Amino acid sequence: MRVGVVTFPGSLDDRDAQRAVRLAGGEPVALWHGDEDLRRVDAVVLPGGFSYGDYLRCGAIARFAPVMRTVIERAAQGLPVLGICNGFQILCESHLLPGALTRNAHLHFRNRDQRLRVENVSTAWTSGLQRDAEIVVPVKNGEGCFVAAPDVLDRLEGEGRVVVRYADGNPNGSVRDIAGICNANGNVVGLMPHPEHAVETLTGPSTDGLGFFTSLLTATVS
Amino acid sequence: MIDSVQHAEATPDHPQPYSELGLKSEEYHRIRDILGRRPTSSELAMYSVMWSEHCSYKSSKVHLRQFGDLPHSEALLVGIGENAGVVDIGEGYAVTFKIESHNHPSYVEPYQGAATGVGGIVRDILTMGARPVAVMDPLRFGRADAPDTQRVLPAVVAGIGGYGNCLGLPNIGGEVVFDDGYLGNPLVNALCVGVMRHEDIRLAKASGAGNQVILFGARTGGDGIGGVSVLASETFAADGPAKRPSVQVGDPFTEKVLIECCLEIFAEDLVVGIQDLGGAGLSCATTELSSAGSGGMHVVLDRVPLRDETLAPEEILMSESQERMCAVVRPSDVDRFMAVCAKWEVTATVIGDVNESGRLTIDWRDERIVAVPPRTVAHDGPVYERPMARPLDLDDLHADDPGRLPRPSTPEELRALLLRMVASPNLCDKTWVTEQYDRYVQGNTVLAQPEDAGVVRVDESTGLGVALATDGNGRYSRLDPYAGAQLALAEAYRNVATTGAWPLAVTDCLNFGSPEDPEVMWQFAEAVRGLADGCRVLGLPVTGGNVSFYNQTADTAINPTPIIGVLGVITDVARRTPMAFGGRPDEVLLILGETGQDFGGSEWAWSEHHHLGGRPPPVDLDRERALADVMVGAAEEQLLSAAHDLSDGGLAQALVECCLRGDVGANVHVTDDPFVALFAESAGRVLVGVPAQRVTRFTELCAEHGVPAAELGTVTPGRPELTVVGQFAVPLAELRAAYSATLPALFGPKPEKR
Amino acid sequence: MPRVVVDVMLKPEILDPQGTAILGALPRLGFDEVTAVRQGKHFELEVTEPVDEGRLRQLADILLANSVIEEFTLRVLP
Repeated sequence: MRVGVVTFPGSLDDRDAQRAVRLAGGEPVALWHGDEDLRRVDAVVLPGGFSYGDYLRCGAIARFAPVMRTVIERAAQGLPVLGICNGFQILCESHLLPGALTRNAHLHFRNRDQRLRVENVSTAWTSGLQRDAEIVVPVKNGEGCFVAAPDVLDRLEGEGRVVVRYADGNPNGSVRDIAGICNANGNVVGLMPHPEHAVETLTGPSTDGLGFFTSLLTATVS
Repeated sequence: MIDSVQHAEATPDHPQPYSELGLKSEEYHRIRDILGRRPTSSELAMYSVMWSEHCSYKSSKVHLRQFGDLPHSEALLVGIGENAGVVDIGEGYAVTFKIESHNHPSYVEPYQGAATGVGGIVRDILTMGARPVAVMDPLRFGRADAPDTQRVLPAVVAGIGGYGNCLGLPNIGGEVVFDDGYLGNPLVNALCVGVMRHEDIRLAKASGAGNQVILFGARTGGDGIGGVSVLASETFAADGPAKRPSVQVGDPFTEKVLIECCLEIFAEDLVVGIQDLGGAGLSCATTELSSAGSGGMHVVLDRVPLRDETLAPEEILMSESQERMCAVVRPSDVDRFMAVCAKWEVTATVIGDVNESGRLTIDWRDERIVAVPPRTVAHDGPVYERPMARPLDLDDLHADDPGRLPRPSTPEELRALLLRMVASPNLCDKTWVTEQYDRYVQGNTVLAQPEDAGVVRVDESTGLGVALATDGNGRYSRLDPYAGAQLALAEAYRNVATTGAWPLAVTDCLNFGSPEDPEVMWQFAEAVRGLADGCRVLGLPVTGGNVSFYNQTADTAINPTPIIGVLGVITDVARRTPMAFGGRPDEVLLILGETGQDFGGSEWAWSEHHHLGGRPPPVDLDRERALADVMVGAAEEQLLSAAHDLSDGGLAQALVECCLRGDVGANVHVTDDPFVALFAESAGRVLVGVPAQRVTRFTELCAEHGVPAAELGTVTPGRPELTVVGQFAVPLAELRAAYSATLPALFGPKPEKR
Repeated sequence: MPRVVVDVMLKPEILDPQGTAILGALPRLGFDEVTAVRQGKHFELEVTEPVDEGRLRQLADILLANSVIEEFTLRVLP
């Protein structure tokens, strides 16, 4: 299975996302922001980083990249897309996901090993996880505070589209402890935490992040 | 009116502002002798900035030569003199690392000063042909509750994070230390390490007549004009903000793109030589590149892309705009070079070419404004043997032994002391700082702060990795700079070995007061001598580093603060030894090394009594070497489940850190005087955790190397408290509360829990 | 209640990475006519009467702007 990982100028965790895809048993495919061609991939990861420096608003410039035209078009047709951190911000700026990510409530960049509760296991990226399982995955962001209008939040909750929630402390002030959400079809998922940094015991706090990538592979095979 | 060479020849008596540019009269006249005429204003700008203390090392050079005289090291591929030294770590990999200071700019504008400090050291590493893989930041601030520390520290930390995080470089270690003397003189040192294959090493030289000189990266603006010489050579006078020099602003996004662009250029072998533009900007890059290569270069300055069209040629030559590089490229490769830059949207311009004239010539508006032998600018600056004098107060300081200070005498007092000590600003939890840094990016961080050393995996298939630690104790160095430098070296060396890596090479950042003060100069000379002698005993090369002078307010200098970075290699990072207790339920705790009455310059004397006196702990580098043999050997044989170096705060601090890190209790026995056992800072000691069935083999290994090992006790899974038998017990929750509350209370709370 | 508007901009000679990044994106979006972008901060303060402009300038100088790298303009709206 070919999983594309987009590199924008300023992407940082692109090679890490590729490693996670590889460890999960997939074939990582490098995609370039300036290329509309998705190189026949079966899914796309928008990785973490600071695309274009994220000076204006996080993801605001990246969403206009040529590659995003195709990603947006194919996402509507059901292509699995996972946005991690900056990728989540890009998905919100592209309106593939509702809401926005704003400056952390305490105004600091924060990197810590974060406990999360899995609440939706029917998305393309979480089908292999256990519902209500608590997992530990690193967060590292300066603008990870999820916000949305109350009716949007109620709809997200009502439709079960909150994918993961912060447990045991909220690292950035996100409303309702929301750490990740999905679109109505469950093929597009945005996560503030970094599952690609929890794929090896040697370098991560756990291997809980691997499940997001294996979910995709097993679901598509079956 | 352009001050051209022709004009300078015609107006020999034209008065020039050399002293305002920091040049002494003799220095100015030497320039005239070299050129056989007066310099043009552009030449004067170049000489003045390149002959400044910061660029020329004119006060330190005579001492630093000792590093060059160290015995040849097999591991050293590139030594002192290039942008950074390069070390062979095996399997065809080479590693380059270096530490630099950005102290004065970080006082003036803490966020940008710290940020551009990271940017500068990263470009040095990149210039060697390496991919930067990690950074670390040794920091020193004034008293933790001082108002200026409240201004400086949060901004410095945010600046390091803001820049480093945006580059995608994990921050894996460093230090945060508070001491009154750094008020007004914070130390912001930055270390970067990079990895490459042997064949990818790049050097800063412009060779091959006809090759093109390409400036690429950010446009040139008026950033930090004269910043190097003004900021690094003048102490802050007490006359307020009007004298604030202009500061450089960093753009980490441009630097990130520049890194990827350079790595692609290196991969396609498109450069003959390359140099980053840091302090002294184009003046430095053009003179250093040409003096290291074919000897001549011609530059058309009008071609330099400007951000500010009003800049004068002197200013363009001195500008310290960040995120710029200068490459020497074969004519046949120029098109390809430009294509890579275009892919990354990096501005690149051919500004000149290499020749064999032996001169660097620069034209502006069709007039020759510079014609100099480049070596005279880059390397033949003045060298001073500054007068030195042993500080007059040193004998009094030595006589003021901490033995006179009152000590805790009951178990209750010891327990209370432990809780105060772990909550003191220097010993407390530094998470408030380090969680503002990304330690995960690149996915190769095996150990990061608060571990003894940062460990980064280099090769995913073999597990080859490197370990890095920095250390420095200004109080020890104040009492004895020779011993202080060796103690810093010993600690960094021990920290690297404690994780299971074999120490290979040294970098240093020497932070001192004014070299014009004979007492400071003596401290500097002693520290350098101590470090060189220490490296000789340990068999380590010094691969490069940096000197920062003038860290003083009026007549008061900082405590001499040599920061030593040690790089080690570990053949398989899976065998690294972490610091957390409790990896094994049957873990037995042992202390290696010997403990004496060592309280001179100790954290206890300082935080409890504000006392600095006596002698620092004795240092025995042969024993440090034996200890390193044990630690690396034990890691290879997988005998250890935990290890932590003993340093500031002694055994008590190490026990607390290991228990809290592993969230497991411990039960320990201390013999003789419990206060001395717990709080003395004797060097050459490590606390280890050994699975029960491996204790015999481990103690044999210690005996083979003549390292004393004594059993202290065991971990106590299920009983979360630290017990010192016959003395006291403290629940881990109480320790953690004391340990972790200090910095949030001083610098801001954690986010609210919802 | 009078409203006071303070606009803080980086000094013209200081590099503005934010503006530079936006400028770089504009040609890709077809806006070729823009030749420079600088990004700043806009503050709106509500102040009790009588308005002491000198004091407010002091406020802007010590808090809202970093005088090392930034400058500000201040307007009192009626």
